[in-house]
Amino acid sequence: MSSWANIKTITKRELGAYFGSPLAYVFIVIFLLLCGFFTFMVGRFFQRGEASLVNPFFDWHPWFYLFLVPAVGMRLWAEERRVGTIELLLTMPITAWQAIVGKFLASWLFLALALALTFPVWWTVNYLGDPDNGVILCGYVGSWLMAGAYLAISCITSAMTRTQVVSFIVSLVICLFLILAGYPPVVNMLQGWAAPWLVNIITSFSVITHFEGFQRGVLDSRDVLFFLSIIVFSLFTTSAILRGHRAG
Amino acid sequence: MIKVNNLAKSFGTKRAVDGVTFSVERGEVLGFLGPNGAGKSTTMRMITGFIPPSSGSVTVGGYDVVDQAIPARRLIGYLPENAPAYTDMTVYGFLNFAAEIRGLRGDAKRAAVNKAVETCFLESVLHQSVETLSKGFRHRTCFAQSIIHDPDVLVLDEPTDGLDPNQKHEVRQLIRRMGEKKAIIFSTHILEEVDAACSRAIIIDRGKIVANGTPSELRQKSDYAGAVTVRVSGVGAGAVQQRLSQIPAVKRVVLVKEDAAAVTMRAFPKSEANGTLAVSVAEAVQGWRVEELHTEEGRLDEVFRSITMPDTVTEEKK
Repeated sequence: MSSWANIKTITKRELGAYFGSPLAYVFIVIFLLLCGFFTFMVGRFFQRGEASLVNPFFDWHPWFYLFLVPAVGMRLWAEERRVGTIELLLTMPITAWQAIVGKFLASWLFLALALALTFPVWWTVNYLGDPDNGVILCGYVGSWLMAGAYLAISCITSAMTRTQVVSFIVSLVICLFLILAGYPPVVNMLQGWAAPWLVNIITSFSVITHFEGFQRGVLDSRDVLFFLSIIVFSLFTTSAILRGHRAG
Repeated sequence: MIKVNNLAKSFGTKRAVDGVTFSVERGEVLGFLGPNGAGKSTTMRMITGFIPPSSGSVTVGGYDVVDQAIPARRLIGYLPENAPAYTDMTVYGFLNFAAEIRGLRGDAKRAAVNKAVETCFLESVLHQSVETLSKGFRHRTCFAQSIIHDPDVLVLDEPTDGLDPNQKHEVRQLIRRMGEKKAIIFSTHILEEVDAACSRAIIIDRGKIVANGTPSELRQKSDYAGAVTVRVSGVGAGAVQQRLSQIPAVKRVVLVKEDAAAVTMRAFPKSEANGTLAVSVAEAVQGWRVEELHTEEGRLDEVFRSITMPDTVTEEKK
């Protein structure tokens, strides 16, 4: 059987597990409520009078994901290790890599669904004005890639521990660093005392810096590569950690 | 089918498995015995490729479980210790997943799931979530998963743990039946299971194999093997002891029980007695009212204890 068929089987099972538990529905409802509240109330969407989603909508995504994505990713491996099903999964005729990718894809598709369900926001802005839908699509793509990067980091922390809460907190801290490294107030503070080249290096690690281009509708291959390389690197680290546990 | 060659595993400084070598052929059921922490589960985990060995090798059906992991794993069905299963799925969903990951599709998948459900008596809980199952059902669900692709090799870690006596009996029958066509290795610390299901048994202690043979061969190692027990009424213990001690082949005579009705004595043979002791004992007690006379087969529990805890057994004898 091809490796793609194995990945698909794992992905299907994981997606089933999400929707078999209340977690999926709670997550989607909270995400949509947050999006609505921040876009229309805090982001003052109506007062702006712009037919655009850049600031009022996408600006908040790095912060929503900070709490929500580690919550989606925390159970991926921690639960397998706690219940012991990891012993079943990794003795099936599949490679560990297929299991890792399959699980990651399931969660990433789930996040894509949550993101797609924000379509009323897109519909509202199209009803009220005449926005550039290419820019909006680009923002969605960037937002999804960013969610994938957070998720891959949660995979690492989930593989490190049997306790979901520990996984949640550790990945939240790492993701917070990825945000703050490019958050304007922090960057301004850094510029006060650090050399410009150092500031550049630090900000280049930030998801905010790389998400900005997508928000403006610029699909820069370097930004895409940034998110994809975080994902690949993190999944690779996950596989190393899982192998480390088993080697004893 | 399974060849384990000088297998070893260390966790830090602790040597969990220390140079284990054995093989299991098709048609054999190998019982894997040993006290807790002897290295049974670790050995099984290495056979199934869950943990890599520190040294040595395992081949299943000719495939090395490390270098040719995928083809080796296709041949294996595995029931891990404590029978884990995805708690967020129904029994049916779980078995479907197990069948799919084994490459079964369409009608073949349906047939495999149905057969596993039937074999493990899971019809009544088929659409129940694994989380809500009793321990026995959960155990059988995981067992069903291990046989779903009709594997040539079955590795079962404590397959009867947590089952009630009827279920234990069922599982043993099942193992024995499947053992006719497969190579099966199962671990247990229940000694009757060795008699009930195994064609061969290995006792492992502190990571090393300390005994390997058929159940009756193992029993031969017992002090009791070949001893003759006799129950006589109407005479005193001293008289019985005296007559039995005079038999040349008898090493020593032990009083098992004495009450108002009868005396029970056991005569242990010298090593050259060769199983003829019962005849001599029967001759010796002639004229008395003999209520019972039989040759002991040897006791697995005693063999097990004397092998895995030699110090305590010698002390008890003193």
